[in-house]
Amino acid sequence: MFKKLAISAVAALTLSTGAAVAAGGAGKVKDVDFSFEGPFGSFDQNQLQRGLQVYTEVCAACHGLKYVPLRTLSDEGGPHLPEDQMRAYAAQFEVYDEELDEFRTAKPTDHFPESNMETAPDLSLMAKARAGFSGPYGTGLNQLFKGMGGPEYIVSLLEGYTGETKTQAGVTLYENTAFPGGWISMAPALYGEDVEYADGHSNSLKHEAEDVAAFLMWAAEPKMMARKQAGLTGVIFLTVLTVLLYLTNKRIWAPIKGKKTS
Amino acid sequence: MSGIPHDHYEPKTGGEKWLHSRLPIVGLLYDTIMIPTPKNLNWMWIWGIVLTFCLALQIITGIILVMHYTPHVDLAFASVEHIMRNVNGGHMIRYLHMNGASLFFLAVYLHIFRGLYYGSYKAPREVTWIIGMLIYLMMMGTAFMGYVLPWGQMSFWGATVITGLFGAIPFIGEPIQTWLLGGPAVDNATLNRFFSLHYLLPFVIAALVAVHIWAFHTTGNNNPTGVEVRRGSKAEAEKDTVPFWPYFVIKDLFALALIMVIFFAVVGFMPNYLGHPDNYIEANPLVTPAHIVPEWYFLPFYAILRAFTSDVWVVMFASWITGGIIDAKFFGVLAMFGAIIVMALAPWLDTSSVRSGRYRPMFKWWFALLVVDFMVLMWAGAMPAEPPYSTISLIGSTYWFAYFLVILPLLGVIEKPQAQPETIEDDFASHYPKSGTPAE
Repeated sequence: MFKKLAISAVAALTLSTGAAVAAGGAGKVKDVDFSFEGPFGSFDQNQLQRGLQVYTEVCAACHGLKYVPLRTLSDEGGPHLPEDQMRAYAAQFEVYDEELDEFRTAKPTDHFPESNMETAPDLSLMAKARAGFSGPYGTGLNQLFKGMGGPEYIVSLLEGYTGETKTQAGVTLYENTAFPGGWISMAPALYGEDVEYADGHSNSLKHEAEDVAAFLMWAAEPKMMARKQAGLTGVIFLTVLTVLLYLTNKRIWAPIKGKKTS
Repeated sequence: MSGIPHDHYEPKTGGEKWLHSRLPIVGLLYDTIMIPTPKNLNWMWIWGIVLTFCLALQIITGIILVMHYTPHVDLAFASVEHIMRNVNGGHMIRYLHMNGASLFFLAVYLHIFRGLYYGSYKAPREVTWIIGMLIYLMMMGTAFMGYVLPWGQMSFWGATVITGLFGAIPFIGEPIQTWLLGGPAVDNATLNRFFSLHYLLPFVIAALVAVHIWAFHTTGNNNPTGVEVRRGSKAEAEKDTVPFWPYFVIKDLFALALIMVIFFAVVGFMPNYLGHPDNYIEANPLVTPAHIVPEWYFLPFYAILRAFTSDVWVVMFASWITGGIIDAKFFGVLAMFGAIIVMALAPWLDTSSVRSGRYRPMFKWWFALLVVDFMVLMWAGAMPAEPPYSTISLIGSTYWFAYFLVILPLLGVIEKPQAQPETIEDDFASHYPKSGTPAE
């Protein structure tokens, strides 16, 4: 009886905790299949590079990525830019150097600039700070296969403008189906064909939004590939250890339980 | 010390004798690891090892994290990102520490409910139980302060809400709250003292764990039958027990390895599952999150805290009889701490002469209901404080107190227990009929 109770206890624990994760987010978030979902998913390097382009040409006008070091753009498991491209990318920014007490050209060791606009939140961790969906039944367990839903939220937000606006306390608000509350102060940023991809990939609104969402997921979790690798290695080796300990345990207890040892 | 009779360490070589006459440490370790253990322990007895492992994991990963973390309101959040991005393996260490806390609490709840079902708290193991409850309280304090350190939105607002509880104490509440926080609100002083205590308390826990183990090594383990090991002679005791090494060490390690497989899958594939997304937003005293939710392991007690609103008659009565000194907020705080105190008092509230729930036909059902109640409270704690959740929390809280204060004392009087096996050997033989005869 206790065994059954224990099993249902563990099950219910996991179920109820998901509910905590589920709380929040009232807007509509659609599911998007990203390449980096699931235990074996990985970032699509080309998609991250396209997303970097969308971020640089559109988002960066207002938003920043202050926690992301520029050098990580050439890290493996990320956009993996060639080193010279990364250096050239970094050189376009001017950063304030406290030691020199003046502005200078950014080096790879510097971070992306902070947000230009005070009201525009930093995007470094946005893909982790917004949980998109939490099924089935509010448990959130589907994030094992679909991720936290942050990138889905970003895609839904970028595509979620209805075109309606209203003015409230002198601020223009835009109706958005993904934003909790329905009205957001950020103007529509992407319309489709906002950037020209060098690889000739489609630059429709859907693709631009997905590319930049993937890039922001990498920005929020740059070590995702290494983490999944470590997790998989851990699971495999621990499974072997578990089997060995199971057999050892069985063998050791056999004489006590009066079973054959062979 | 009325331990179970067993072989003791005999120093053989000259060197061993030399050391033993000066410091009998090898003997102490030998006696600890070779303790006679009831051979009928089931799989619910593995959680002790899992908990010991969790404590070690948290201390080791924690010490590494401290090497890279900065406890300052302007730098804490960024230093955690530094760990996640720049420190070699830092993301894994941090995710192990984060999820290690959840495994720790999952294991401690199963460990506690095992004790409640099999009557492990009953004489002569009351001291083990009380020490265990102290460890649990320390764990809650440590986990709460640890959650503040990343200085995210939930860290800050969780700290604000929980330290606010102390402000509910009549007359002296506000000075106490200010003293705890080191200022009028959660700020740098709070972060620094929480960091200091978060580093200190695990070592206090480690010391208490040693006392916990010492206590039950003195009384001997409980077991699923609740029947004591025979201690008349060594030969008699050996029929009921096997040495901890290797039999239970290997069994527990097998269980631990299996749990580690699942744990690594969570850490590797969904490390933020049990966290709150809002904690990836840096703390901002000017913006309150829509729902302030504590970590999952606090939810049952959070539900009890919020259940007693001012329209509940006990609260109105308490308020009236104390001339308004006890208001709804203070009542909630008393209820929350009271919920743990009644659990700690279980050894004296349970009047039944039978130890194990296995032989208590009525108790079984009330206990099952308590487990369900705990789950319901956990779920209700995550919901907004509004009907119907507030009513559900109130019913759940009432049952929690009723179980310990009414049902446990009454059951001992009205319940007719079933027959218990004479000895542990009999119980073991009923599972393994051939166990009496050597197989070789």
